[in-house]
Amino acid sequence: MASESGGLSIKPMDQFQVKALFGGDISWYTPTNVTLWMALTVVAASALMIYGARGRALVPSRAQSAAEMTYGFIYNMVKDVAGHDAVRFFPHIFTLFMFVLFANLLGLIPFAFTTTSHIAVTAVLAFTVFLSVTALGFILNGTKFLGLFWVSSAPLALRPVLALIELISYFARPISHSIRLAGAMMAGHAVAKVFAGFASALGAAFFVPVLAVTALYALELLVAVIQAYVFTILTCVYLRDALHPSH
Amino acid sequence: MAETANSGIGMPQLDISTFSNQIFWLVVTMVVLYYVMSRVALPRIAAVLADRRGTITSDIAAAEEYKLKAQQAEEAYNKALADARAEANRIVEAAKAEMQAELDVQIAKADAEISAKSAESERRIREIRYSEMELVTEVSKDVTNDILRVFDAKADSRSVTAAVNARLKGGA
Repeated sequence: MASESGGLSIKPMDQFQVKALFGGDISWYTPTNVTLWMALTVVAASALMIYGARGRALVPSRAQSAAEMTYGFIYNMVKDVAGHDAVRFFPHIFTLFMFVLFANLLGLIPFAFTTTSHIAVTAVLAFTVFLSVTALGFILNGTKFLGLFWVSSAPLALRPVLALIELISYFARPISHSIRLAGAMMAGHAVAKVFAGFASALGAAFFVPVLAVTALYALELLVAVIQAYVFTILTCVYLRDALHPSH
Repeated sequence: MAETANSGIGMPQLDISTFSNQIFWLVVTMVVLYYVMSRVALPRIAAVLADRRGTITSDIAAAEEYKLKAQQAEEAYNKALADARAEANRIVEAAKAEMQAELDVQIAKADAEISAKSAESERRIREIRYSEMELVTEVSKDVTNDILRVFDAKADSRSVTAAVNARLKGGA
């Protein structure tokens, strides 16, 4: 009976609802589950990077080693992908990576709220990256930044066509940048919820969806980290275009 | 309340009424996270990494120095060993020479002793042989005198002696 009604009322999208923590209507300043899970993201990132590395030991502990490896990983990514002169933006990119990584990972805790599954959040991040990188491109290179759209290695006749394509793809960047992350997060969580709903609906054969959810969870763990990586490395690529538009 | 309003729409992500709330808290979060990371966490880790790199560099330099010292010590040891070997050879040679000299002296001494002994022996042999001759001569004289007495022949002792000596010399 209970399983019957549970099977009929799978609501995979309910987990994405924004709810006020203390009830009442949601206005722009209301503390919501968004507030809670974003705060936890800050706490988790600080726990790794500050509490984990608190020993400042010459021979690092495991947590300090993890913090240092995260630092080195992003630092090398910025240096290798965006160039040596992009290192001054390393704190910004690191902040971005830590936010997306921990928001994704914390979202995998059962009953958690995944802030990065909301297009509003990822779009703000992506458009912030897009606008600052574009502004930076014009500030640093002036009109030479437009050379990014003028493929000088192509035949002259093709260049206007290519410029149009480049321009469209440039403006498509923030959209794909944000939808990729939100989509990956939302899809994974929704599928997990659907499988979990099947578990209560199938009765004796409950173990099939449970195994599926287990496998899916491992996959989602991978996706959470990879999406954070992808989001960050794309930011580095866009930054490189702003710093060196002649490429 | 909000829940019922949200569930009416298929995707809560598309509920525009919550956007301002999300964006506000996102901005707050990002600003806080940026300051925590860029002011506290990253400088600290950068300092630790720089510190470690410095320590490793100085340790490698110290290791190079120790290696050099070890090489020098090895050279000194080899030199000492070679010196000791040469010294030992020298001592062995000296001992050999000394022993050889001693041996020569002893051999010479022994030779001298041996020759002295053999000379003495020869002298004694000669002595014995001579005394025997004396005896034979004496006996021969006595026998000759006896024989002469038996035959009542007269003969002076001087001629008898001469005859006996001549006979013994010829016989011998």
